Amino acid sequence: MLRFILSRLAQSFAVIFVVITATFFLVRLAPGDPFSSERRIPEFIKQRILEHYGLDRPAIEQYWNFIRNAAPKRFRPDRIFEEDPLMSAFGINLGPSFTQARTVNQIIADTFPVSLELGFWALVIALSLGLTAGLTAAIFKNSALDYVPMSAAMVGICLPTFVMGPILALIFGVWLGWFNVSGWFLPQDRVLPAVTLGLVYAAVIARITRGGMLEILSQDFIRTAQAKGVPYTRIVFKHTLRGGLLPVVTFMGPALAGIISGSFVVETIFQIPGLGRQFVQSAFNRDYFLVLGTVSVYAVLITLANLTVDIVQVILNPRLRFED
Amino acid sequence: MPLPTRLSPGEKRLPDPAILPEQIEEGTSLWKDAWHRLSRNRLALFSFWTLVVIASLCFVGPFFTPHAFDAQNLEKTLQSPSWQHPFGTDDLGRDQLTRVLVGGRVSLTVGVIATIVSLIIGVTYGAAAAYIGRKVEAVMMRLVDILYAMPFTIFVILLMTIFERSLILLFVAIGAVEWLTMSRIVHGQVKSLKKQEFIEAAVSLGFGTRRILFRHLIPNVLGVVAVYATLTVPSVMLLESFLSFLGLGVQPPQPSWGSLIKLGADNIQLYPHLLVIPAFFFSLTLFSLNFLGDGLRDALDPKSSKD
Repeated sequence: MLRFILSRLAQSFAVIFVVITATFFLVRLAPGDPFSSERRIPEFIKQRILEHYGLDRPAIEQYWNFIRNAAPKRFRPDRIFEEDPLMSAFGINLGPSFTQARTVNQIIADTFPVSLELGFWALVIALSLGLTAGLTAAIFKNSALDYVPMSAAMVGICLPTFVMGPILALIFGVWLGWFNVSGWFLPQDRVLPAVTLGLVYAAVIARITRGGMLEILSQDFIRTAQAKGVPYTRIVFKHTLRGGLLPVVTFMGPALAGIISGSFVVETIFQIPGLGRQFVQSAFNRDYFLVLGTVSVYAVLITLANLTVDIVQVILNPRLRFED
Repeated sequence: MPLPTRLSPGEKRLPDPAILPEQIEEGTSLWKDAWHRLSRNRLALFSFWTLVVIASLCFVGPFFTPHAFDAQNLEKTLQSPSWQHPFGTDDLGRDQLTRVLVGGRVSLTVGVIATIVSLIIGVTYGAAAAYIGRKVEAVMMRLVDILYAMPFTIFVILLMTIFERSLILLFVAIGAVEWLTMSRIVHGQVKSLKKQEFIEAAVSLGFGTRRILFRHLIPNVLGVVAVYATLTVPSVMLLESFLSFLGLGVQPPQPSWGSLIKLGADNIQLYPHLLVIPAFFFSLTLFSLNFLGDGLRDALDPKSSKD
């Protein structure tokens, strides 16, 4: 088990490193620079700007500078970027932003909590709704309690966030007037974005739960338990749940990645000041350091989620323990 | 005891003296069987015909509408539906009906072509890994695992913002993401099939590799591949529309359902029809593709023939 965790941990670091490196060179290899789209600046001033940010160096040197700055403080004789009180606990300095009067550290510190809250509520909605619907459908197979939630789930899957969001805003914001169409100020402003983001995954989780439960319920040991006279509720919750929910655990990794990419859209629709919008905007503006900063946060987040899912999976499924 | 209606491929039933030879049923082929089951699934059939109607509307319709999809009329912007413009007009006075149809054409084309790209890569890769086996297989599938953990949507967004946007880049970017699942599925299928008794039986009966491959392995994998291809098309269309919604997909004046929905989302307060109509077509298409995929899965999965 320990060996398994260690090997996955090493792999996670490798993934984060590869993602950051790939992002760095992808952004740098593209034609043009962050200042090419603005109005004409005299060549020598532009040269000074590039020099100031260290962008006149060869790509490899810039890469090394970035890694050195992102690394904890004691490894770095700081030259290019001024220190930042924020995140000083980690000593990580992700550099300046070209388009905003904040450092990348500050931007992340300001916007990430917003996205985290949005993602948290979305996950709560997805899990509570999805598990309830899926379990009900599995227990009452081939009845109205199966068909109705499963049809709803099918509809949910076909309505992606960028369709669901505007339609919910239209119905509950414009026509019924229950919520604001956009903004992130009042507690109730969380409802529409979180529902938008969570509903699709609730639908998928419901289907996966139903499938997983039915798969286990049709196995021989369940029949044996039934023959021995174990009550049905006990069979479902004691014998089936653990195995039946395994596929749901497996799905949590992709679900989190999906919620992150969904947040790009939802934050745009509802005008939420979160990290997702920063990422998309920075990619548009070629705000190199901001792109790298946001991608780093996402890489760490997704890798962490996958790692957790892998470990939980092994804990829940004893059969996996003998593989490594 | 009722007669089993189907024989496994390659299986021979012993003659039962109580049955006259002409009473013995012919083994039906996998596809005949599948078609039979699919044609009984009303929802899947309905989805199929819906798709046919939507696709033909999108591909043929724009030739018959009186307006071009990029013909602007700045005196008639953001109009409500009328006889002249059944779906109204957009912010530049372009006919929304034509744009919805052309947008559907773009979305469907991207969906199908990117799926084919991912299909070719995924099936080859997965089958090769399972066929070669041993260390090569382990390395190949581990690589897929690692790639799977990559935040690909982020890379796709970066690709589309940084490089000159084009349809080809879109195909490459989407195909590169979607082949992973396909390769995993094919790999798992081939691997588990290789171990099963009927393959062992075929081997021990002395059938050649070709016969085993084409008569036993491929038909069994093909069903799953067909199902996942049908299910990949909507997820590709989703990704394309997602990108177009963010302004990163198909470039204007070319419409796509994603960018039309974006325009609608920006104008929901005053012009809800701009959102509702493309959203309806898009969802209906995704709906039909998913139901058809589910129906195909039920029809082609040999295990489902039991009930």
